[in-house]
Amino acid sequence: MSGLALVAHQFRYDQKAFWRNPASVFFTVMFPVVLLLIFGTVFGGQTVNVRGGIKTTTYYVPAIITLSIISATMQSLAMSLVIAREDGRLKRGRGTPMPPWVFIAGRVGNSIVVALIMMALLAVIGRIAYGVAIPWERLPEIVLVLVVGAAAFACLGIALTAAIPSQDAAAPIVNALLLPLYFLSGVFIPDDQLPSGVIHFADIFPIRHFFEAFFDAYVPAGAGGAAISWGNLAIVAIWGVVGLLLAVRFFRWTPRSG
Amino acid sequence: MSYGETEAVRGIDLEVMPGEVFAFLGPNGAGKTTTVEILEGYRHRSGGEVSVLGEDPQRAGREWRERIGIVLQSGRLDPYLSVRESLGLYAGYFPAPRPIEEVIELVGLEGKADERARKLSGGQQRRLDVGMALIGDPDLLFLDEPTTGFDPSARRQFWDVIAGLRDLGKTVFLTTHYMEEAQRLADRVTIIAAGEIVARGTPEDLGDREHQAATIHYRAGGREVKLETTTLVKTLHELTGEALERGEDLEGLEVTRPTLEDVYLELTADSGAAE
Repeated sequence: MSGLALVAHQFRYDQKAFWRNPASVFFTVMFPVVLLLIFGTVFGGQTVNVRGGIKTTTYYVPAIITLSIISATMQSLAMSLVIAREDGRLKRGRGTPMPPWVFIAGRVGNSIVVALIMMALLAVIGRIAYGVAIPWERLPEIVLVLVVGAAAFACLGIALTAAIPSQDAAAPIVNALLLPLYFLSGVFIPDDQLPSGVIHFADIFPIRHFFEAFFDAYVPAGAGGAAISWGNLAIVAIWGVVGLLLAVRFFRWTPRSG
Repeated sequence: MSYGETEAVRGIDLEVMPGEVFAFLGPNGAGKTTTVEILEGYRHRSGGEVSVLGEDPQRAGREWRERIGIVLQSGRLDPYLSVRESLGLYAGYFPAPRPIEEVIELVGLEGKADERARKLSGGQQRRLDVGMALIGDPDLLFLDEPTTGFDPSARRQFWDVIAGLRDLGKTVFLTTHYMEEAQRLADRVTIIAAGEIVARGTPEDLGDREHQAATIHYRAGGREVKLETTTLVKTLHELTGEALERGEDLEGLEVTRPTLEDVYLELTADSGAAE
């Protein structure tokens, strides 16, 4: 098989394993859906003082899609790769003629596809349950932002595995990093209610920039959306490149424990 | 050959012939895994020369990997893929894989082909692991302590699988700390203890058992008698001759030779090897 055919081969099996794993289906698929339903139900009908005032649900749909993209890529990859590494599955794969980049490309492709599916699912739920318009006319921009962000957070997730010593440590480390940043970056709490110092702090990290880029692409201009936010997207991409370099340098294929 | 701070193995000199089952035997911590991982290309050695299928594993590329199969000492499978799918995934990595159904039969998992790995017993998972190492139709197969933790019947089933590989003409490099396993499967055995080779030979002549002292046991007048002799036939003839003259029987007469296990324990006794 040629390189790309081999990536497609790897991707097919990764997809199977992903959808059969109850943990990945719950945390990556169900959790964002439940969050959107809770936020939409609790805060629905209110307005957020962002960009001249928009409906709360208009705010939360792109916010939770942002979370689901990070969850499908960074969180899901960091966890599943650490588990596979400690199980010895990565080491076994390295003993075959499969080139290492093929394995990684299959996994990253898998997580980007899951991110696309999550965006579609949440957009449809937002449309049906809360009347949040799906911005079809901006689909190319939205997909561009999603793919850049998903690839960047996938690289960060792969890099993060180097800092996770064991299977048991994976979930606590990943959540300790991501959950506070979701709050500080305006994903859970609309940014009109966050002190500017918090926003400035969150601006150091990629989540806030990705959220802004995605929000700008998703929320139509009439309701306060801006054009594509190249500045934010560039910062996300730079984070992705840093993640990639760290991953290339520090990723390991053999178990850390035992 | 060293790894990390301490030298794990040294002065190891091995030669494995095509088509043979070679057992590398030793207690835990003797350096078996270090050696086999150097041969598999997982570890870099600090010195010495290694050639596996004509190439240095440290530098060998994809074509070389297409000719070897590896069963690691510990390695779980993807719990959510079935036996057939796990083999299908790995088959895609190789240019000329064996047919999947044939491999399923070879490792005795016919009734479990569509069972997901998480539903398999430990022995069945290990056999699937071997199947994944065989799917590329390798010339050389590494098995690192493949039956550790098996119950006796699972071990016996596994041995049948390995015996089948010999019939296929595969070269098998087997590490084990079970003497019985080496005895049952191997054409040649090399024993390692504390990073050094202490004995080598076929299972039959290992440790020069043919020429070591035999032990004669019997009871006479209610007393246990135990004799060690290097001239067994002569001693036995004298003993039985005297008994016959006296019209007595030698109750519970028994002659034992050191088993391979005894030789092994003796050879590795003072190695002080521990993990």
